[in-house]
Amino acid sequence: MDLNLTPTELKFRDELRAWLQANVPGDWEKHRTEDEMLARFEYLRAWQKKVYQAGWAGIAWPKEYGGRGASLMQQVIFIEEMTRASAPPLANVLGLSLIGPTIIAFGTDAQKKRFLPNILSADEIWCQGFSEPNAGSDLANLRTDARLDDDHYVVNGQKVWNSYGWAADWCALLTRSDPNSTKHQGLSYLLVDMKSPGVEVRPLRQMTGESEFCELFFHDVKVPAENVLGKVGDGWNVALGTLAHERATLGAGAQIAIRRQFDRLVELSRTIQRNGHTAAQDPVLRQKMAQSYAEIEIMRLNQMRAISRINEKGVPGPEGSIQKIFWTELNQRFQQTAAEVLGPFAQLTKGDPHAIDEGQFAYSFLRTRGNTIEAGTSEIQRNIIGHFVLGLPKSY
Amino acid sequence: MQFGLTETQQTLKNTVRKFLAAECPMAEVRRLMETESVFDAALWRKMADQGWTGMIIPEQYAGFGMGMLEMAAALEEMGRALLPGPFFNTVLMAGALIENAGNESQKQKYLGAIARGEATATVAFLEESAVASPEALRMQARAAGGGYVLDGAKLFVPHAAIADFIVVIAKLDGQVALLVVPSKAAGMRISPMSSMDMTRKQYEVVFSGVQASDLLAAGDAALKALDRARAIATVGLVAEMTGGMQRLLEITVEYAKTRKQFGRPIGQFQAVQHQCADMLVWTESSRSAAYYAAYAIEEGIPEARLAVSVAKAYASDAYREVGNRAIQVHGGMGFTWENDAHLYYRRAKVSELLFGDATFHREQIAKLVIDAQPVSKPSEAAATGKAK
Ligand SMILES: Cc1cc2nc3c(=O)[nH]c(=O)nc-3n(C[C@H](O)[C@H](O)[C@H](O)COP(=O)(O)OP(=O)(O)OC[C@H]3O[C@@H](n4cnc5c(N)ncnc54)[C@H](O)[C@@H]3O)c2cc1C
Repeated sequence: MDLNLTPTELKFRDELRAWLQANVPGDWEKHRTEDEMLARFEYLRAWQKKVYQAGWAGIAWPKEYGGRGASLMQQVIFIEEMTRASAPPLANVLGLSLIGPTIIAFGTDAQKKRFLPNILSADEIWCQGFSEPNAGSDLANLRTDARLDDDHYVVNGQKVWNSYGWAADWCALLTRSDPNSTKHQGLSYLLVDMKSPGVEVRPLRQMTGESEFCELFFHDVKVPAENVLGKVGDGWNVALGTLAHERATLGAGAQIAIRRQFDRLVELSRTIQRNGHTAAQDPVLRQKMAQSYAEIEIMRLNQMRAISRINEKGVPGPEGSIQKIFWTELNQRFQQTAAEVLGPFAQLTKGDPHAIDEGQFAYSFLRTRGNTIEAGTSEIQRNIIGHFVLGLPKSY
Repeated sequence: MQFGLTETQQTLKNTVRKFLAAECPMAEVRRLMETESVFDAALWRKMADQGWTGMIIPEQYAGFGMGMLEMAAALEEMGRALLPGPFFNTVLMAGALIENAGNESQKQKYLGAIARGEATATVAFLEESAVASPEALRMQARAAGGGYVLDGAKLFVPHAAIADFIVVIAKLDGQVALLVVPSKAAGMRISPMSSMDMTRKQYEVVFSGVQASDLLAAGDAALKALDRARAIATVGLVAEMTGGMQRLLEITVEYAKTRKQFGRPIGQFQAVQHQCADMLVWTESSRSAAYYAAYAIEEGIPEARLAVSVAKAYASDAYREVGNRAIQVHGGMGFTWENDAHLYYRRAKVSELLFGDATFHREQIAKLVIDAQPVSKPSEAAATGKAK
């Protein structure tokens, strides 16, 4: 066991750290809390462009596509250093972490040339159009129809829960291109210009009050045939590639974000009065905070172990499912603990003058409900572990 | 970065597993646990021949001087096999304590005997108060005739009846002191306690004017030695607990694949699958925590104590919970004496109580994380550990 950084990793870290020190804008916190959603997004887009110009966007991508071919470890360092420097997040999250890598794996040369640079530079923002009203966990039940008509497809149907749908220029759309097919067969993965006539985006208000995700409606939308990613009818396998990336990368940033919140909570607990003493002195709250600390720490350790294993085996395995269950559920428990520490202040949301930290804990308390649903529900992750890791018979 | 066992450590682990499968299968565990001493001299000899008794004892005292990760790997297998008898208290408790407290000749004498497999040993700490802290000690040692004499009573002393010597923690002139008592010394009354875990015997030991053979350390040196030995033993214990969880997971999944109800294996029901999935998550998480704590001690990382408490707090709850699920998934069969689940469950409960339960260790974490100001910067240590 050796948890030290290698000389290459150290060099990578120091170089990045120096760049961040010189370039991270000082006004992000102000924009984060004061801007409207669209203005904030434009700010993040500009930030990603700057990151891109310096060669730090999409570091996990191979060099030939504008990345740095960064190892998993370097990706973790990247996330760590970004957090350490309080840098704004990159705007094109889905493009960088999910869709870009899928285009790299399945795209034609022309597609790679056309799409990849603009993903890196944030000139084109991407969303993911997989889920439908009747195809969530059972994604293969999707029905959005793509019919070939000469040199293009005509798309009709509805997608739902599309994060960044309101900001997106392009959509990675999973469709049924063979109307006589069922389930995993006959699907095609289309790259769809969101400005095409017939695309309608309706923001969905989520339980946090914001509208991070949308509904997408497609009425006779024309998509050039050359915008099929991978083979026609092989969309399921292409999408699976995306989902693997989804779970391999999710969680790395979350650990640091949760740890930051934890540290902040500890700081607050030293002055907040609970049950006749400070929260930090309350024996029950101490127990709960310590339990959160242990879980957050083990999340970090599980992650390092998973990275090591992936490095040895070369492919992401079931580690992603274990990790996702672990961090999403610990985060929900932690948010409850935070609320107990904060007492009546726990309810105050952004904008209230008495809210602690602009209501970050109230927000997280609500937002973390989504963590066990998005990117495959906890139940689905447990199904995956049951079948693919433990070898139990499929339940359905 | 490499998090986990190296190839050599994995080989060691496999060797231990093979050995125990051959020399101490479940049938043997059950036979031994019904005996009075739960000690098999022949098995002890074989383990000594494998070098296990000298595992963490330095080479100059006839040991192998293995590292913490090697220890954790081996202990994991011992926990998986539910190895009965005094290995843990001899090597990890008494051995680690003597190594950290004794002088050269004491180490030669006691560690050498342990490493060569000639002696078993144990530690007597807890008393009537059952509080594992030096302040709670009532046991008195006093200087007499160039030596030391002990008076008092100890509880929960592992395998005291067959130990060749006992390291006793007592008060000497108001200071904490570590003394060695040969178990054949006059004035000692050793009576069995009836612990839930039948694979490890515990005893009440009453000392009336018992002559100690050596004073290992007193005062600060004693406290330091206790602290370090306790950390080492706790890591070993968590590794052992992880091995137990691993075995419970294996037998439960196996059962879920073969037991049929409603015309299909019960493992096809999600209510069962999800219990198994949780068992895996807890087992793997305990393993990560155990390996990291071992590494932290080995490397002398400043947060080593925190890592140990994180591991023990987590594993204490996890092992018991894995046991709960194992029994539940086995149905009525899980409630029988003949099924092995309860043997592990009993071990889980007793391991939880040893060296501080989850509540105790969470309080340790609170002391280190909440009371210590300021909170350590998250990103510096996060994800990558320390950078050289
Ligand atoms: C914040 C957020 C962002 C999202 N972003 C996107 C996005 O950008 N693009 C996109 O395409 N989708 C997105 N999603 C959708 C997400 O992937 C789905 O919500 C998720 O897969 C679950 O599908 P569903 O909502 O239809 O729930 P359902 O599948 O109807 O599930 C309802 C309940 O039934 C359980 N269940 C269903 N099937 C099984 C089974 N076989 N075994 C056991 N339990 C089962 C589920 O676990 C859940 O508890 C997002 C969701 C959220 C919350």
